[in-house]
Amino acid sequence: MKKLLREFSKGIFIENPTFRLALGLCPTLAVSTSVLNGFGMGVAATFVLLGSNIIVSSIRNFIPSKIRIPCFIVIIATFVTIVELTMKAYFPALSKSLGIFVPLIVVNCIVLGRAEAFASRHSIVNSILDGLGMGVGFTLALVIISLIRELLGNGTFLGLLVIKGFQPALLFILAPGALLVIGILIGVVNYFTEK
Amino acid sequence: MPDKGFTVSDAPHIKSRLTTKGIMYLVILALLPAGLSGIYIYGLGSLRVILITMASCVAFEALFLKFRKRDPRIALDGSALLTGLLLAYNLPPEVPLWLPVAGAAVSIIIAKQIFGGLGHNIFNPALVGRAFLQISWPVYMTTWKNPRWALDAISTATPLAKEVSSSFSYMALFLGNYSGCIGEVCVLALLIGALFLLFTKIISWHVPVSFIGTVMLLAWAFGGDGFFKGDFIFHLLTGGLVLGAFFMATDYVTRPLTKTGKIIFGIGCGIMTVVIRLRGGYPEGVSYAILFMNAMVPLIDRYTKTKKYGFIKK
Repeated sequence: MKKLLREFSKGIFIENPTFRLALGLCPTLAVSTSVLNGFGMGVAATFVLLGSNIIVSSIRNFIPSKIRIPCFIVIIATFVTIVELTMKAYFPALSKSLGIFVPLIVVNCIVLGRAEAFASRHSIVNSILDGLGMGVGFTLALVIISLIRELLGNGTFLGLLVIKGFQPALLFILAPGALLVIGILIGVVNYFTEK
Repeated sequence: MPDKGFTVSDAPHIKSRLTTKGIMYLVILALLPAGLSGIYIYGLGSLRVILITMASCVAFEALFLKFRKRDPRIALDGSALLTGLLLAYNLPPEVPLWLPVAGAAVSIIIAKQIFGGLGHNIFNPALVGRAFLQISWPVYMTTWKNPRWALDAISTATPLAKEVSSSFSYMALFLGNYSGCIGEVCVLALLIGALFLLFTKIISWHVPVSFIGTVMLLAWAFGGDGFFKGDFIFHLLTGGLVLGAFFMATDYVTRPLTKTGKIIFGIGCGIMTVVIRLRGGYPEGVSYAILFMNAMVPLIDRYTKTKKYGFIKK
């Protein structure tokens, strides 16, 4: 039980995909401009991670190792299509603001990395926990980054005005702000884990 | 740490009595005429901006040194004061007073202390602060104040904005009789300080001459309607070129070490400045050009290593 719990929690802290493994940074840089976008992206990626981990793990003994990457991509692309169509149907505004980055989950290195490094070598239960943990870790990282960026760059939280009269620093909404915030957060995480 | 007796380069060596602290205060001294002229031209508001920027730079430096468990008194070595002064010279004279504080925080904490403090920063801290403010609050950073002698008609925009560029005489630009940042408008005062630094050998001629030379050459060649019809004197006298070339591109930490390297660095700064001024989205490009070339310094240093004395080149 304890071991299973560790498979889940490692994605959140010690192997957090964004802050510790530095994976999946392109969507992180691009969509973390508002908390809603970040959260939506995190949930979408978590769903794809979970689905692809389950399928990859359950058919891991039938995939020939030479063509495993194309197999993974096909499986991942299936789940991304499900997410994309669902999002377009029920959350059209979110789908519009995430834009190209939803279909791009297909090549997200966290999803592919977990399929290759974990799901293709472990049992289904472990893979489910791993996928969930990584997804939660990714979502958490996205929410933290987008919280800082939305607050400093737009003066809002979830679209609501937080402080009256605060002059938001546009830089944090733009690309350099994303790089700065992620860099500083990785530094902070390292500072506290290396002690 | 210059006075611990370390020698970094190959022999032969000459010892100098000048310490880092001494150099910092001499550069601050050399910058004073430009500051005084800025205060004279735009009024006491600019003095307030200068003092607040310098004070907050030193305060952030001391705080962060304390946080890094270093001696906070290092903050008084003059480098934070100099960063603050240079940052203030890059601000319009009547900015809201929280703006320089935010700029100082970015300059000192993000651009300098996170990299390891004085001597370890990749980018010029004052310019990082300025770039941050320019991107974050473009409205405040381009709200100018009329100089004391101004007619209202000509003082709304920086002369580099294309629609007003023809209405200034060279003399007005040379003396700083136009709207601009506090410390960059009076070329005369900047040149006095620059000559002092060159005369005391605190800076060498390589970076400023190659920088300004490249800007003038390229502005002459491509700045007008047709080849070699550009107004290169106008490009020399406006914007932050003189301030940037003499006082910011020559920063010891963020410029190349060798003479060849410095000339390559200066030419690169010049090319980037002209490209941004003539083709880019911003009217002024000196600060971005220097930051861009700062990033190139490790590469330049690698390919311009000096030959060791007494060694035979293979």
